[in-house]
Amino acid sequence: MKPQAFAYHAPRGLNEAIALLARLDNAKLLAGGQSLVAMMNFRVVAPDAIVDLNGVAGLDGIAVGGERLRIGAMTRQRDIEVSPLIARHAPLFAAALAHVGHRQTRNRGTIGGSLAHADPAAELPAICAVHDAVVELAGPRGTRRVEARDFCTDFMTTAAAPEEIVTAIEMALPPRGHGFGFAEFARRHGDFALAGAAALVVLGAGGMVDRAAVVLFGVAHAPLRLAQAEEALRGRALTRAGILAAAAAARAITPIGDMHASADFRRHLVEVLLARALRDAALRIGVDVGGGA
Amino acid sequence: MSEHAVTLTVNGVAHARTIEGRVNLADFLRHTLGLTGTHVGCEHGVCGACTVLVDGRSVRACLMFAVQADGRAVTTVEGLAAADGGLDPLQAAFREHHGLQCGFCTPGMLMTLTEFLRENKTPSAAQVREAIGGNLCRCTGYAGIIAAALAAARRIAADGA
Ligand code: FES
Ligand code: FES
Repeated sequence: MKPQAFAYHAPRGLNEAIALLARLDNAKLLAGGQSLVAMMNFRVVAPDAIVDLNGVAGLDGIAVGGERLRIGAMTRQRDIEVSPLIARHAPLFAAALAHVGHRQTRNRGTIGGSLAHADPAAELPAICAVHDAVVELAGPRGTRRVEARDFCTDFMTTAAAPEEIVTAIEMALPPRGHGFGFAEFARRHGDFALAGAAALVVLGAGGMVDRAAVVLFGVAHAPLRLAQAEEALRGRALTRAGILAAAAAARAITPIGDMHASADFRRHLVEVLLARALRDAALRIGVDVGGGA
Repeated sequence: MSEHAVTLTVNGVAHARTIEGRVNLADFLRHTLGLTGTHVGCEHGVCGACTVLVDGRSVRACLMFAVQADGRAVTTVEGLAAADGGLDPLQAAFREHHGLQCGFCTPGMLMTLTEFLRENKTPSAAQVREAIGGNLCRCTGYAGIIAAALAAARRIAADGA
């Protein structure tokens, strides 16, 4: 179908965009548009005004400085996927992005748009959460930061106020030589995932796990950090039994059930996927715990 | 309703039009410019039939408003063949390897693979499959399309050498 008519605005600067958003009734921000425009075509969403961020200067780019990584909100998913800086410092982003839609949608889709859209099955909000990233917001009263793990608050709902704009994500660089793993299950590659898991692991002295971060997505209304699994891994060596025990923490969650997958199926899936993500993370730091984990 | 002046080039030709904000790029190409080579299947970003290049990058033309192409260079399937109508190597390979049957998905396939082969000169069959993962074909079963893409890559490499 065709979208309902709307007034189109193309601000050139951030302050102009913020002012438009505050002034206009029933306005929507347009980033990459790979979810929003589809929803507008379906008339599931019918804004009276569109504020297009594509012409706003200074919202894109990937930068590393002072041991921190910053990704501008309008950075295209494809640019993150192939970025040498990401490959060197936070390769989990690239691993996850291979599952985000298709090349044509990644050429347009942005990281800020993905966060603001907050689809429960989306990969990028989960990847930001597992990295302990912060989401930077700009609004009429200035800028503020929200922990990525607290940013998605409910089904397609975020901590951003209606008049605020996501401007960037920022995070401490993961330690060099960290392990990372990503696994999801979708009916077809590039489809929305029924469930998925990602893990970061840092080994310390004596090969014991110094830091472990684990996130599940597609199972709740927002990405879910699994503290019990992280706790189970910390201070121990990475073994097949240890990984399976940590992944078993996923049994305690109460996933969403819908026509695509029942709650029980999702609970089973994330346990298996988390074990795979952890096994891959281990393998990447030279610990082979054996296949089939 | 809002009307907007748009200036862009399509296949190297400059166009200036005034259009409504809600007109997507695929409809603009087809209805306003009469370039009906770009197909519209699903209108919600799933089928890939509408794929065109914007500043060299493949995008779904049903998920982009035409006003957003202001100042950009768009390439459609009409821009692939030479001025005399001679097929480009990818198009020729599609013909030779039965890369199409009804042809509905073909413009999107060609544009997707045009970008892909520019970045990947020696692709594997698996990489081609991945590249066309966002393009649906209801006819061919994809085997001919993959064979065509691999043959085109070899041909382009041979011609360039
Ligand atoms: S018509 Fe655009 S993806 Fe189907
Ligand atoms: S040739 Fe008919 S849809 Fe692909």
